[in-house]
Amino acid sequence: MTEISENQYYVPHKAKWPIVACVGLFITVIGASLKFNSLDLEPTTPWLMYLGFAILIVMFFGWFGEVIKESEAKLYNKHVDASFRAGMIWFIFSEVMFFAAFFGALFYARTFAVPWLGGEGTNLATNVQLWSGYEPVWPTNGPADLNGRFETISAFALPLVNTLLLLTSSVTITIAHHALLANDRKKTIIWMIATVLLGATFLFYQVEEYIEAYQHLNLTLESGIYGATFFMLTGFHGLHVTLGTIMLIVITIRLIKGHFKADNHFGFEAVAWYWHFVDVVWLGLFIFVYVL
Amino acid sequence: MMKKQTKRGLLVSSLLMSSVASAEYGLNLPKGVSDYSGQVYDMHMMVLWICVIIGIGVFGAMFYSIFAHRKSKGIEPAKFSHSTTVEIIWTAIPVLILIAIALPATKGMMQMDSPRDAQGEPVTMDMTVKITGYQWKWRYDYLDEGFGFLSTLTADSNIARQKGSGIDVNTVDNYLLDVDNPLVIPANTNIRFLLTSDDVIHSWWVPEFGWKRDAIPGFINEAWTNVKKPGTYRGQCAELCGKDHGYMPIVVEVLSPSDYDAWLAEQNGESVADQSASADESVAVETAQVSGSDNTPDEGQQDNAQDEKVMAETGADEANAEASDQQAEEMTADDQASQSEGGWSMEKLMARGEEVYNIQCLACHKMDGSGMPPAFPSLIDSQVVSGDVAKHIDVVVNGVSGTAMAPFGSMLPAEDVAAVITYTRNSFGHDTGDRVQPADIEAVLQ
Amino acid sequence: MSHDITHDELSHDHDHKPKGFVNRWLLTTNHKDIGTMYLVFALAMFILGGSMAMVIRLELFQPGLQFVEPFFFNQMTTMHALFMIFGAVMPAFVGLANWMIPIMIGAPDMALPRLNNFSFWLLPFAFVLLAATFFIPGGAPAGGWTMYPPLVLQGGQNVAFLVFAVHLMGISSILGAINIIATIVNMRAPNVGYLNMPMFVWTWLITAFLLILVMPVLAGAVTMLLTDRYFGTSFFNAAGGGDPVMFQHIFWFFGHPEVYIMILPSFGIVSEIIPTFARKRLFGYVSMVYATAAIAFLSFIVWAHHMFSVGMPLGGQLYFMYATMLIAVPTGVKVFNWLATMWRGAMTFETPMLFSIAFVALFTVGGFSGVMMALAPVDLQYHDTYFIVAHFHYVLVPGSVFAIIAAAYYWLPKWTGHMYNERLGKIHFWWSAISVNVLFFPQHFLGLAGMPRRIPDYSTQFAEFNMWSSIGGFAFGLAQVFFVYIVIKTVRGGQKATAQVWDEAKGLEWTIPSPAPHHTFDDYKPVDLSKMAHGDNH
Ligand code: HEA
Ligand code: HEA
Ligand code: HEC
Ligand code: CUA
Ligand SMILES: [Cu+2]
Repeated sequence: MTEISENQYYVPHKAKWPIVACVGLFITVIGASLKFNSLDLEPTTPWLMYLGFAILIVMFFGWFGEVIKESEAKLYNKHVDASFRAGMIWFIFSEVMFFAAFFGALFYARTFAVPWLGGEGTNLATNVQLWSGYEPVWPTNGPADLNGRFETISAFALPLVNTLLLLTSSVTITIAHHALLANDRKKTIIWMIATVLLGATFLFYQVEEYIEAYQHLNLTLESGIYGATFFMLTGFHGLHVTLGTIMLIVITIRLIKGHFKADNHFGFEAVAWYWHFVDVVWLGLFIFVYVL
Repeated sequence: MMKKQTKRGLLVSSLLMSSVASAEYGLNLPKGVSDYSGQVYDMHMMVLWICVIIGIGVFGAMFYSIFAHRKSKGIEPAKFSHSTTVEIIWTAIPVLILIAIALPATKGMMQMDSPRDAQGEPVTMDMTVKITGYQWKWRYDYLDEGFGFLSTLTADSNIARQKGSGIDVNTVDNYLLDVDNPLVIPANTNIRFLLTSDDVIHSWWVPEFGWKRDAIPGFINEAWTNVKKPGTYRGQCAELCGKDHGYMPIVVEVLSPSDYDAWLAEQNGESVADQSASADESVAVETAQVSGSDNTPDEGQQDNAQDEKVMAETGADEANAEASDQQAEEMTADDQASQSEGGWSMEKLMARGEEVYNIQCLACHKMDGSGMPPAFPSLIDSQVVSGDVAKHIDVVVNGVSGTAMAPFGSMLPAEDVAAVITYTRNSFGHDTGDRVQPADIEAVLQ
Repeated sequence: MSHDITHDELSHDHDHKPKGFVNRWLLTTNHKDIGTMYLVFALAMFILGGSMAMVIRLELFQPGLQFVEPFFFNQMTTMHALFMIFGAVMPAFVGLANWMIPIMIGAPDMALPRLNNFSFWLLPFAFVLLAATFFIPGGAPAGGWTMYPPLVLQGGQNVAFLVFAVHLMGISSILGAINIIATIVNMRAPNVGYLNMPMFVWTWLITAFLLILVMPVLAGAVTMLLTDRYFGTSFFNAAGGGDPVMFQHIFWFFGHPEVYIMILPSFGIVSEIIPTFARKRLFGYVSMVYATAAIAFLSFIVWAHHMFSVGMPLGGQLYFMYATMLIAVPTGVKVFNWLATMWRGAMTFETPMLFSIAFVALFTVGGFSGVMMALAPVDLQYHDTYFIVAHFHYVLVPGSVFAIIAAAYYWLPKWTGHMYNERLGKIHFWWSAISVNVLFFPQHFLGLAGMPRRIPDYSTQFAEFNMWSSIGGFAFGLAQVFFVYIVIKTVRGGQKATAQVWDEAKGLEWTIPSPAPHHTFDDYKPVDLSKMAHGDNH
């Protein structure tokens, strides 16, 4: 294989994985649609969705495998590396905007919708005519008391622990990065493993929290606007932590395999950025969902 | 004397309305019939003219250069490619123009939000009407008076509008813009509207009033008007609300305050017997007369009753009034017959049922009951219609939650519900012979 | 799986196209081929979306229901808009970006070629998913392209399909935008500075930022619809403390920037074409860049002008009114700059120029009605009437679509190596320009006279203008069939195009042969700045 010089730009000639990804996504969403629609009637097993997931998993391994191979074959020069960086930064930015939509919903509900339903300001008529007796206090499951009384997760129990876990993990991954820059491979791997464990523990507690909410607090997705914002925000965050943890594991394995150099480790950095992003979102969640 | 004039005015205007309505032609926003709508119209004209003038400038420059600066005239292209001065000028001038437009608009907006009179004092509202949107009808509740009614597209439009109805819609008076029970309000009165909805978002719009406001389920929006000129004003639902969004007209009948009082008195009399007011005008007149003579026959009240009679005869919709007159006669005959039977007769139920069906149900279940499966089931081969009466009553009275089938028990008077159930059970190929009585419905409603 | 990297892949062999359909199109990473696929896809969706518009205009030809049921009519309205916006206009712009941006800035390809293939191929899948709803029980989405709850949630089974289709389109747009940003930021030839870039590249750079900022927000909004519909959440349900109006805020936070996503690249196209045919430099290049950025910035803070009737507090209404009016200022700067570019130029009027001039004129008409609607109290009259329909079709059809058509005529010779037939092009122009006005101008009057939008049938006083509008619609539709004919004819053959194509056109794309070879600018090395329109801007 030829190495690529600084004034060339590597363009793969054929890409079969994108089309596999499309097919995988397509099958997944059709499966999901059929599954969701069956909820109204009699729930079915979403075989098609699982098939789609399977294709997607194969695709991820295939696509990234190819990229890793090309990377190890030194086909990516600084120029390509810069493209990857720009790509990752703006991808994370788009994720931030996705969360922004849900945070926006939370703020809107708290500052506009709920007070309006409670008849605050000039909106007395809504309360008197439609929802008399409703007190607009947060948390709320709405004037119709959807899904019945519920309690919330206290911020300074598990969530605080989780906050500390994620913050620590951000530190550990940074230590790992510095170790990598210093070419200390063993130290890097150890700190990466620590990061993975912290992430996994976070996930474990998050699941605990959900079980607690559903089984003991009667706090569910159906608990009005509080339940909706709570579970959608923490749920999507949890999903991102899950993906992040998988990515951390992959990176750790690659480190063990001897990939990444002090001066060439974009894959590592991309995952680190992603992890920091997940961390920052959590801080927002902790403050706006749990504490306030 | 005054009174006579108003009456004549009403008569003339309503005649005009009915004959010219479908030919009335607009190219522009209406000036409207309130001070506020006039302001809106002025603002519209102002900004329109400003745009026209800027447009003349822009297009003028453009056409001049197209004409003069073309290669075929042997022009050598100039070399300039920027000029800070010009650029500042054409940034600044639009800013100034926009500020000039924004000033009156700000005033207008404040007026809509919290009206003030000429002295700058806040205006107090004289009465409140609550407007509720349903798929696809309106409900008007006179909150101060404690009564209300539904308002739905009239049957003649509703039948003519069906695909393949074979009716030339040009022959239908006020095609798609007429309702069975218009909202009636007094002129020269500050009226507050509270808008909400029972299902999806609708929007209540009468162009002559100068605004529209969304009716949002679970929330109440406020708006107000003060109409200067009695008359009949028409509008339509302005927010997509499902398949019959186009068939949700609004008709507002603005009466002089005294006529309005008369109308109100009659409604109050009637509302004892019939909350719905879906009964026709002439029946109402009878009720009013009866109650007038039962009570101390004071002059004012008799006057009112007579007013009503005039109104009924010259009502906005001549044809409609006639039809309902006839029906009223039939019904009185029926009433006598059914008195002895101890219930409504089959004929009476069927006649009323068909009428109700063609207004309330036809939108979803179609005129011939065939519906639009799967979303809207056919009543022709429906198990519910041919089966157990109790189940049928339950479906119509309580609706089917989570579907478009609404709880008609809370929307229509018991007689109507009984009639329409009877009608469906004996039409579209069904002949169960069942006769559902208003009392049966009331029993379920308890 | 491990494909050996042969000499081929780095070859300088300029016209080495992969053989066979699968290799050439399905697996391609070549920006030109992907650009071509985007453009063909957009044309196909334009025809589909246009056919739905024809159904709409057919039913509205006269009062009374003649052809379709109201419910189906609403499906047509909804799908027409979704197909046109997400299927025709946006992909057409991305296609143009793919084709032109790399060769305009001296880059060998897009920065992330694999991702580029993915961005494109997601689209056909997304639209198959969306179109499939026509065949499921309950039919296609019929709640308007704005998808307002609670109405859209009554859509039965189509909700999931609609939401996932929007997700796929969103992913496609986001990845496409990321690619464009990475390309522009990272792939410019070493001596091409930001202020040397062609205007089209600038407008796309800014558009790509808009896309990344708002497409995820749309994805979030429709996700909330999904959970409200299937999982019992109460985002948009007052009984649970939510608010249907909240959806509108989130939607329009996406939706307003979205409409600028559909116009900024047009501004770029027109800024390329007018200087070429006026044989004069673009007037006020730098202020054009600033104006574009200003429009983009303002587009984020004006969304609620679509919602004046929902009952916002007074302060909110006033704020959104002022902010919206401000957009007229930078847009005005652009219009005036185009006029100044034409002023004292030596103009010729080939088809791309004709469409560009029509763009400037008719977009301005649409802009004026936009400013009228920005006035909140008056908008309470205009809102949800045909006045709005007239407004947005003026900015979208003789706006975005004309610009795309202009771009197609302008660059077709570069793409195909053949000149289009100028006479046919001129016929197409006059036919389109006249009929589009017959189609949309009367809608202003309909709106003012009180005709609401999204209705399948109307009261008889609206009959005459609707008939005109429909006649214009059919004529305009046929004109576009003619356009398809012209394009196919040009692809098949015609007078050979030179590299320069247009006398005085400036830009790197005119330095390479026509048709453009499969690979251009393989080596990362300086380009000849004097060939660029703004090569001396520093
Ligand atoms: C390409 C798409 C596009 C573009 C560019 C615009 C541009 C503008 N739009 Fe439009 N708009 C839409 C697409 C677009 N719009 C769509 C699709 C909808 C409906 C969505 C739906 O409900 O389905 C809509 C709806 C819409 C509304 C909501 C109406 C309602 O539903 O009630 C409003 C209200 O303010 C508005 C305003 C504007 C303004 C002020 C501009 C401005 O950017 C225009 C600026 C341009 C000019 C003003 C002309 C040139 C300027 C000069 C010559 C300078 C001098 C001028 C002055 C000083 C006036 N638009
Ligand atoms: C980029 C966007 C875009 C484009 C290009 C168009 C193009 C057209 N639009 Fe569209 N339209 C919207 C975006 C767009 N529209 C949006 C956002 C809405 C609002 C939806 C909503 O309310 O939710 C809307 C709504 C809308 C309505 C209002 C519907 C309603 O409120 O009920 C109407 C009615 O006339 C209409 C007509 C047309 C017509 C005639 C064209 C024409 O320009 C189309 C011309 C193209 C063709 C016709 C295709 C090519 C030719 C053929 C396929 C051959 C067949 C031809 C013949 C038989 C003549 N559109
Ligand atoms: C807004 C649309 C709408 C209107 C108006 C409407 N219906 Fe229905 N109706 C429905 C829908 C939807 C269903 C199906 C409910 C379900 O899924 O079980 C239904 C079901 C029914 C059924 C049960 C049919 C069956 O076989 O399950 C009857 C009977 C019925 N409607 C009668 C009426 C009558 C009588 C009226 C008028 C007073 C009326 N409907 C008005 C939408 C409507
Ligand atoms: Cu109600 Cu539209
Ligand atoms: Cu907008």
